[in-house]
Amino acid sequence: MRWRAYHTPATIEEALALLSRYEGAAQLVAGGTDLILDVQQGNHATPQALIDVTTIRGLDAIREEGGWIVIGAATTHAALESSPLIRSYGTALAESCSVVGGPQVRNVATIGGNVAHALPAADGTIGLLALDAEVQICTWNGVGVECAWQPLLSIFAGPGKNRLAINQMIGAFRFPMRAERTGSAFDRIMRPQGVALPILGVAAQVTLDESSERATAVTIALGPAGPIPFRATESETILLDAPRLDEAAIEAAVVAAQRQAELRTSKHRASKEYRHEMVAVLLRRVLPKAIERAQSRSRFV
Amino acid sequence: MPTLTMTVNGVQHTLDVPAGRFLSEVLRYDLKLTGVKIGCNEAECGACTVLVNGRSVDSCIFPALKAQGAEVLTIEGLADTWRKQQSASASVHLHENGDQGAELETLHPLQEAFVRYGATQCGFCTPGFIMQAKTLLDANLDPGDEEIKHCLKDTYCRCTGYASIINAVKAAAEKMRTGQMPEPSLPEHVEPLHYVGQPLPRPDAIDKVTGRALYADDYWFEGMLYGATLRSEHPHARILSIDASAAEALPGVWCVLTQKDVPGALRHGLVEADWPVFAGGDYAARYVGDPIALVVAETDELAHDALKLIRVEYEVLPAVTDPVTARRPDAPVLHPDRPDGNLLKHIKVRHGDIEAGFAAADVIVERTYRTPMTEHAFLEPECSIGVPAGWNDPCFGYHDKLTVYVGSQIPYADRDQVARCLGLPKEAVRIKGTVMGGGFGGKEDIAGQIHAALAAQVTGRPVKILYTREESLRFHPKRHPTIIRIKTGAKRDGTITAVEAELYGDSGAYASLGEKVMTRATTHATGPYVVGSAKIDCYAMYTNNAPCGAFRGFGVTQSAFAVESNMDIVAEALGMDPIEFRRKNAMRVGAVTATGQVLRESVGLLTCLEKVEKAIQEWWLEREQEGRGVGVEKGECASPSDRLSSSLFAPLRVGNKVYAWGVAAGYKNTGLGGGAPDKSEAEIEVFPNGCAEIRTSSAEMGQNLIGVLAACTAEELGLPIRNVRVLVMDTDLTPDGGPTTASRQTYLSGNAARLAARAMRERLQGVVAEKFDVPPEVIAFHEGLAYVDEARLAAVRGETQGAQKGSRHLLQHLRPAISRSRSLPFAEAVKLLIEEGRSPKLRYEYWAPKTQPLGTGGDMHFAFSYAVHAALVSIDTETGEVTVERVVSAHDVGRAINPLSLLGQIEGGIVMGLGNALTEHYIVENGVPWTRHLGQYKMPGIKHAPQMCNFIVEDPTAEGPYGAKGVGEISSIPISPAITNAIYNAVGVRCLALPVDQDALLLAMKRGERELDRRWGDPPIDSPTSR
Repeated sequence: MRWRAYHTPATIEEALALLSRYEGAAQLVAGGTDLILDVQQGNHATPQALIDVTTIRGLDAIREEGGWIVIGAATTHAALESSPLIRSYGTALAESCSVVGGPQVRNVATIGGNVAHALPAADGTIGLLALDAEVQICTWNGVGVECAWQPLLSIFAGPGKNRLAINQMIGAFRFPMRAERTGSAFDRIMRPQGVALPILGVAAQVTLDESSERATAVTIALGPAGPIPFRATESETILLDAPRLDEAAIEAAVVAAQRQAELRTSKHRASKEYRHEMVAVLLRRVLPKAIERAQSRSRFV
Repeated sequence: MPTLTMTVNGVQHTLDVPAGRFLSEVLRYDLKLTGVKIGCNEAECGACTVLVNGRSVDSCIFPALKAQGAEVLTIEGLADTWRKQQSASASVHLHENGDQGAELETLHPLQEAFVRYGATQCGFCTPGFIMQAKTLLDANLDPGDEEIKHCLKDTYCRCTGYASIINAVKAAAEKMRTGQMPEPSLPEHVEPLHYVGQPLPRPDAIDKVTGRALYADDYWFEGMLYGATLRSEHPHARILSIDASAAEALPGVWCVLTQKDVPGALRHGLVEADWPVFAGGDYAARYVGDPIALVVAETDELAHDALKLIRVEYEVLPAVTDPVTARRPDAPVLHPDRPDGNLLKHIKVRHGDIEAGFAAADVIVERTYRTPMTEHAFLEPECSIGVPAGWNDPCFGYHDKLTVYVGSQIPYADRDQVARCLGLPKEAVRIKGTVMGGGFGGKEDIAGQIHAALAAQVTGRPVKILYTREESLRFHPKRHPTIIRIKTGAKRDGTITAVEAELYGDSGAYASLGEKVMTRATTHATGPYVVGSAKIDCYAMYTNNAPCGAFRGFGVTQSAFAVESNMDIVAEALGMDPIEFRRKNAMRVGAVTATGQVLRESVGLLTCLEKVEKAIQEWWLEREQEGRGVGVEKGECASPSDRLSSSLFAPLRVGNKVYAWGVAAGYKNTGLGGGAPDKSEAEIEVFPNGCAEIRTSSAEMGQNLIGVLAACTAEELGLPIRNVRVLVMDTDLTPDGGPTTASRQTYLSGNAARLAARAMRERLQGVVAEKFDVPPEVIAFHEGLAYVDEARLAAVRGETQGAQKGSRHLLQHLRPAISRSRSLPFAEAVKLLIEEGRSPKLRYEYWAPKTQPLGTGGDMHFAFSYAVHAALVSIDTETGEVTVERVVSAHDVGRAINPLSLLGQIEGGIVMGLGNALTEHYIVENGVPWTRHLGQYKMPGIKHAPQMCNFIVEDPTAEGPYGAKGVGEISSIPISPAITNAIYNAVGVRCLALPVDQDALLLAMKRGERELDRRWGDPPIDSPTSR
């Protein structure tokens, strides 16, 4: 059985009004590469209707706005991967989006869909999280739409579960546009067998002070390390407090991340012990890269 | 219903589509653009790739209504679009190459390159590849390997091993840049004849790159119904009752068929008829996937929906899900009517005095190895269409008998099994082959053929049964998982004195070809070596897992992993170089195998070893001379001093990676062997228009048998190859070529075609000789002319002596001097033949040399192919990730009939074997498949494709066509142990089980463990309940 209606609204108002009208029997869809597969494979009940948000005008735009980079929820992974704005201000996001699936999938799969699916190891989500991103939630109040920004992490309820109500959708994401002395990077470990979910993904962003030795801001995202995407806050603190961002500081951050992350064994994907090792391997790869990028930008900006 | 308006290949379409329809369905089923293939329906394989507004999408999960107002481009529109772009632009470069040249020039360069480079084999993935590659060339006309791999990352091919695809994309780009397409480079091979030995593009290549080729699901018949199969949910259960009333009541459902509707035999099977057409009654369901009922309805969707309304009452029986338990006396029994409990077959090899052998050994190594259940993952899921007798279709004509359209490896066996189960004489059934999207052994058993025929018979309508990918995974026989304990003894000088082995093969629920497969595993369990003594016991067991049967390598893939791993362990214990140790014991002419066969000819193993050894030496030399590191392509460098010893197999450390080579050898029989009568029959017909047609039922599944048959026929008849048509896989029009299995068709059907053509040539020689009043043997044929060969005539008349030893050679390579008065066109020769009342048609039944059953001594097989593979792997010591960087191979195939296709078989086999070592495992847990979707079964993708350097060794076998023997299987056999041997050489961890798990490998490295029995797919140790 398939959905019996397929709506292509032109505005957020129209989309949310429709969604509310179905009272839970309809589902928003963007690229569909997660949702449609879940429906096809019986992991998600067949909705009565799909409401395609990619036809909403402007929902796929990437723009600069008042010191922020704003990304429409329906922006595809392919667009993020190749956007000069994202490559320069959100390198980790461009990198994380470039490894999802193949081009056929990235051409349709959206960042909004990636976040809404709420998997703790979703690449795009990990990339966004490292940029200290916020999410714009649009709510239908019966007459019109109200939009509000909130921290990205607040949207996740558990593996595969978000906190969006049936009158809400994601409108956009934004992250601060840090031009100077800021760099970010993403890397992940896959295995050649089984489902195409990462064993572990790590993204980090570092902003350096004028000496280029100390950090003034650090964000580290990794997953899967718990039911929802995870910020390695203890590692962030260690790096912020470190007198120099040297190997010793990174090693201290590694130990803290290994301690804080809730790693576990997932069947046919990875053992807890292996993930524990990979937290270290990836942080040792990602942090120096982010720092190096931050340093090189301090030279040129 | 919503209205969809879109432009497809430049033509605007407006049509009403259900809201839930996908773009692939609209394109394929509504617009009949069947070049859009559906391989998985889960955005995994890329076969359905089309361009929407210039961007590639997987159309199988792309809602059709998303394409509202869009421009869609499919493979069918590609050449046209290209021509329109080009018409304004300058010169057209014409190639004189083969016979497809003219049409090739009208295609998009990617299409042309895929033809010329052999980048299309079964062709099912080809449209997706070409469309996806187009998006790369649209932006970049000089892509490198990495860019090509990035672009084609999630587009899968199971035949080519990707090397030819990468080369084709580059060649197309070059043509788009320069106007010239470079020629593909091929391994050295012996001087070709006119056609034999020529790297000709496959005859069906253009159909495959344009989307014209019709696979079974591309056929529609008027009034066609659709079947869907209800399958057992339990590994072992008696069917107590089936209530299909609700399903039957659904409007549009025609009937629900169960066992009671089967008019003839209730069971089928290639070797033993133990597999129920429908489980029920006396026959319990014996694995998850056994068919219970078939719904026939007006649409495919309706048929599948109706399945959910059928209520089955099961009595769940205890299941046995591993072969060792299955052999215990208290194990639940699957087939109570069999004499030996769950034992399908105990297979034995006894050779020499095993005790004396081990007593004489200085080193004894014993290990137990495990190989995984693996899946063929041909890109085209099974599809059968039954058409009732008397059905007249406006497109496909009148069907005088019950006909099944199917892509099958054994059409005659299908015919016989359909007839038997329907209670019909064999002659009342016809199997008509369609283009086939890969087989690899997985399309030998019955899939939907009997069901489709039965449904057509019952409803009086054509009925199509297309398996979903999930169903295909669940249903068809797999590669046997095995447990192999092997003990090898050798003297200090390296002589192998004894091999003792015990093999357990999980044959699953039904016999399929299990007994034959495990026999091959057993008889090949000494490896391609002379061994002083051998004692090998194999237990092929029934279990409640998926049936296991034929899969490229046919058991030898499994035993070779154990044998070749042990070989390296013994060599190390002896302090010998692995190649030297193999050379010392290698089979050679005059050697006796463990089954008592004397090898009298065509044993090219030593040459293979030599070529591979030399290539590895050169690789090291190059690095030493140029000071280049292994990873130089990746911008990494290491100095040669990083090499840790002088051995070819020494590890080399570059950054966090360690590189090392590993080697393994293998051999594989050609043909059925073991005393089975082995024959192929071909029919040839010549026509007064100067053409010939060669016919045999043998299967074309992507390997280019049709090209081989065309070359043999054209060669013998001296006809231009474009004048030779090949017809295969039709039980009414083509004689029985036997099963397409056991690497046998080049040899068997190649010989049948060659000898049929030769017999026809002799017939033609007779009539032409009469016309010119010369002896028949002086009539020769060349490029469509029959003529008096004056040199030969002179020789016959004794006029010239020692006549020109070289004349035969000259005839083959130079255009002979042909006198106009003493020659006539081939067409005229055929007319003469017909005028004389002689038949322009004849059949040749070719019988391969007789073989002996195992245990009787003598020739168990009439030919063996040999191969040596070496793999250069890199291991990331921080993550345990294993990458196969390079592969060097040498294959003794007797003779390369078509070096281009041969290379395709080699490259494809190697990458498939790489999957067996590193990526593939069809996981079944307590009889229930964990692997349900293609997304859970990763065959190697283009990113796994190593650089390959392949040598062809042609040590001819006298009886083979032009010296040829098989290659289909040997190419995938030694690579798995070559990879694990390389892993050991790199990091000192011996992998005893496949596929290698980077997680367990890393932890073993960290803990300093030398042997690793865990593999990917084994249950997690620390928390069995985790997600």
